Amino acid sequence: MRPETEADLAEMIASATRPIRVRGGGTRGVNLNGEMLETGGLSGITLYEPGSLTLVAQAGTPLAEIEAALAAEGQRLAFEPMDHRGLMGTSGAPTIGGVVAANVSGPRRVSVGACRDFMLGVRFVDGTGTLVKNGGRVMKNVTGYDLVKLMTGSWGTLGILTEVSLKVLPTPERTACIMIDGLDDSQAIAAMARALRSPFEVSGAAHLPNGMGDGPVTMLRIEGFSGSVRYRAEQLAALFADMGTRIESDADGVAEHWAQIRDVAPFHGTPGDVWRVSGRPTTGADLARRSGAKAVMYDWGGGLIWMSVPEGTDLRARLGDFDGHATLVRGSGQPKFQPEPAELAALSHGLRQRFDPRGILNTGLMG
Amino acid sequence: MQMPQPDARVLSLKEQIVSRLRKVLPQDAVISDEMETRAYECDALTAYKCPPLAAVLPASTQEVSDVLRVCHDMGVSVVPRGSGTSLAGGALPTADCVLLGVARMTEVIETDYDNRIIRLQTGRTNLSVTGAVEDDGFFYAPDPSSQLACAIAGNIAMNSGGAHCLKYGVTTNNLLGITMVQMDGTIMEIGGKHLDAGGYDLLGLICGSEGQLGVVTEATLRILPKPEGARPVLMGFESNEVAGACVADIIKAGVLPVAIEFMDRPCIEATEAFAKAGYPMCEALLIVEVEGSPAEIDEQLALILEIARRHNPVELREAKDADEAGRIWLGRKSAFGAMGQINDYMCLDGTIPVSELPYVLRRIGEMSREYGLDVANVFHAGDGNMHPLILFDANKEGDLELCEALGADILRLCVEVGGCLTGEHGVGIEKRDLMVDQFAPADLEAQMAVKDVFDPAWLLNPAKVFPLAASESRRSVALAAE
Repeated sequence: MRPETEADLAEMIASATRPIRVRGGGTRGVNLNGEMLETGGLSGITLYEPGSLTLVAQAGTPLAEIEAALAAEGQRLAFEPMDHRGLMGTSGAPTIGGVVAANVSGPRRVSVGACRDFMLGVRFVDGTGTLVKNGGRVMKNVTGYDLVKLMTGSWGTLGILTEVSLKVLPTPERTACIMIDGLDDSQAIAAMARALRSPFEVSGAAHLPNGMGDGPVTMLRIEGFSGSVRYRAEQLAALFADMGTRIESDADGVAEHWAQIRDVAPFHGTPGDVWRVSGRPTTGADLARRSGAKAVMYDWGGGLIWMSVPEGTDLRARLGDFDGHATLVRGSGQPKFQPEPAELAALSHGLRQRFDPRGILNTGLMG
Repeated sequence: MQMPQPDARVLSLKEQIVSRLRKVLPQDAVISDEMETRAYECDALTAYKCPPLAAVLPASTQEVSDVLRVCHDMGVSVVPRGSGTSLAGGALPTADCVLLGVARMTEVIETDYDNRIIRLQTGRTNLSVTGAVEDDGFFYAPDPSSQLACAIAGNIAMNSGGAHCLKYGVTTNNLLGITMVQMDGTIMEIGGKHLDAGGYDLLGLICGSEGQLGVVTEATLRILPKPEGARPVLMGFESNEVAGACVADIIKAGVLPVAIEFMDRPCIEATEAFAKAGYPMCEALLIVEVEGSPAEIDEQLALILEIARRHNPVELREAKDADEAGRIWLGRKSAFGAMGQINDYMCLDGTIPVSELPYVLRRIGEMSREYGLDVANVFHAGDGNMHPLILFDANKEGDLELCEALGADILRLCVEVGGCLTGEHGVGIEKRDLMVDQFAPADLEAQMAVKDVFDPAWLLNPAKVFPLAASESRRSVALAAE
């Protein structure tokens, strides 16, 4: 199925008799049963007002098209969505609907927020074939319940997005990266916490225990106007003067480093399952120890840990009880999402039943 | 504004209800005397008043749970209240409700600077959150203008914003976890000290749900390191259009000020008469504030001033020191007080796309003349969140109704140009009946379905947010089931 309009889509869902699996660009490696419904026919930027920092696009619009339109005006999606293709070994073109449905964010999440924090509005067709809209295209809006947040990250299980509106931000003039070599995981997390609690507006804090194959490296990113970036880079380097820092200020070099962190490049083409663990940042090194993972990578100052473990490992059992959750991103031996406590599971299930009473949308994934 | 008829069954059960509440709470935490319940008869939307059946002031999550269980068992509706500063009537009681205030729950439970979070009970005031961490160089970003009085519980219920949210976002962007009690008394933890949800974003759904999905008793908030400094600049322009174009150019140039505040001529005149801040008499005035080290501030202001000069300002005023910065903010901060001196006023809160600013201001001017009521505009221009203040005389027969009608027309205008009814105050009872202008029946149905899941009997703050006609069948099913 490949609807060309919202009305087509509503009709297809209303008359569906079998489960449907929704597909944007097919890059995020979700394998489900059901008849495929592709969103590529619902494509195009509906509205872009650079002076209002607002962009509205149909859900099937390729992310690349949106990023190009923004770049032409010196703007960007500040939440820096990850490209899953390298990690998952998939091809295809990621869509904005897929980014939103999976609430995909990147390293800048630690400072500016996640995809959900930039979402202004949605239009979607629920599991009964009813068109619903929520939010809008303005930056401050508390009119009614925030179904925009509910839909963001609901992986197509409550409805199929047809249009999303987003807040965009200017691309800063300059960027720089402070690199610290040789820290162990605990030292790196302490250093990242110190940087993040400074007033110097760090927009990325990551630690690669094996670097890109050449020893541990901790990276702190700053962005802004030239004078400001120079000033903050010096101030941060001074904070860690005893650790021997390097400042990378070549724009392409910095962009390359952070694209690798964003896309979890150290795990591309490696065997085994890949997990994404979200926790309290300062507990990161302890979680990594508990996991027994043979390779880990820290982002968000330690609040996001990518872990690589042998296929079929029950990572959640190894981590035990902790403040956070683990998602199986690559692999299939365990449920994708962390099971919720009973009282939350009841709410999630209740929402699922209301929005998709027949249980036909991306069945088995969530809720 | 209509409220539902009080439920005679509940009114007749008052003694039993109070007695059961007294069994689960300390004696002084249950207020049933008619003189004393009057303290809770309204919030900051003072045109509407109704004392509750009883008021309770629990001091812990467990006590909140006990109260809700009693009310749930007896089919009594509950209206939660933070500090009662809602401008939308979010905490307005009904005669048959138990009003649940969180004023006794003000403890800080944990501060953790390495993870940049604070955990607290939600009765704590907004400003005192910053107060608890500022000596260590941190602050809590959302800053509604009622921040001295308003409680975090109310901020979460209304998803409150403030002047600085252009850069830092509103409550929902700064909330990491909550303890919530459902109407049936179930206590649950949602979110935590990590950054993203593991399943559906229930936290995002609850924030801004106006106390209709549960009572939030504890919250984990994101705190931020204080910037090294901040400095405002003031600019005067000869028309709203030019000021609006200047705002768009600043944003397009890649500067992200922490605040861009806009005042129009009626507002400038009123605040000058009241606060004597020395503002230029012009059609539109902008206050733009940026943050950073002194050199970073200079860098940003130089760019902003260069843009402003391209728009032929009638005045450009920089602040050389803290004293001058204070004077730039003085008029803006006293704008509401100034209006209160002149007259009674109603403060609207619609949001519009920034590009529609000149058109909307022109239309508001025309409508103001048609209705014969003055309107002054002061608002957060960077994000399009308008605060038209309609002046009226509460003692003059028919003036409140006229003012409400003009307010409704202005909000419909906001919706018409692609905006919304409320940017940061909430729907409450004030905008409840205008929801049909922004949402189709299916859109409202989807929202009400969420309440069905969290509060199937529709007992929590039931007469708010949704037009009474739209929610009636759900509310009456709840009553019939008793």
